[in-house]
Amino acid sequence: MSSRRQRSRQSGASRITDDQIADLVSKLQQLIPEIRSRRSQKASASKVLQETCKYIRNLHQEVDDLSHRLSGLLQSTDADSAQAAIIRSLLM
Amino acid sequence: MNIQPPNSSSIKSRFAVKFVQAMKRLSKRRGMGDRYKRYRATRAAARVSLAAAVGPERAWSRAVLRRIKKRRGLIGRTTTNPRRNLRGLVPGGKGMDYCSLLSETAHYITCLQAQVQVMQDMLHLSSP
Repeated sequence: MSSRRQRSRQSGASRITDDQIADLVSKLQQLIPEIRSRRSQKASASKVLQETCKYIRNLHQEVDDLSHRLSGLLQSTDADSAQAAIIRSLLM
Repeated sequence: MNIQPPNSSSIKSRFAVKFVQAMKRLSKRRGMGDRYKRYRATRAAARVSLAAAVGPERAWSRAVLRRIKKRRGLIGRTTTNPRRNLRGLVPGGKGMDYCSLLSETAHYITCLQAQVQVMQDMLHLSSP
């Protein structure tokens, strides 16, 4: 990791600390359903990153799938009223 | 380093409004009889609307908006082109330093979760 190599050469104010990275990794861990419950055991950084990639791919897949299913709205003749109802419900 | 989590409910409502507006515009277009075209148009609308809802304040959303401006294809990743590493999965990830990548990833995930929730709600609302 580049931060380790650069640590001795950079001034304290500008270097990215391992702590900062560890903090960001643990914040990521909290977002991922698969590994978030392990509060006492912190997952390894590589495990977190692995699960993060898997989770993002799953989310992309879900969006694709939902796009398929929602695409029917584009040919609905009732498009205006259905969509107006949706906006109203979502914003209330 | 901006590590503020996004306000999920405001992202949801901004995304919902933009996405529905985009779908409305698309439904008036010709060529929507083709099922595959409808799917691609819907998916593109979802991606663009999410980035637009977030605006230019995050690197990942700026990367998506830049791609649209350059009229480069937005599609061509995920299902057709499965990526293994984080830099390939987060928009703009290739140009970021490691810390920014992690921070952008967290924000991106939260926004994707909001997007999925809104689209699921729309699905339930539109199919009684």
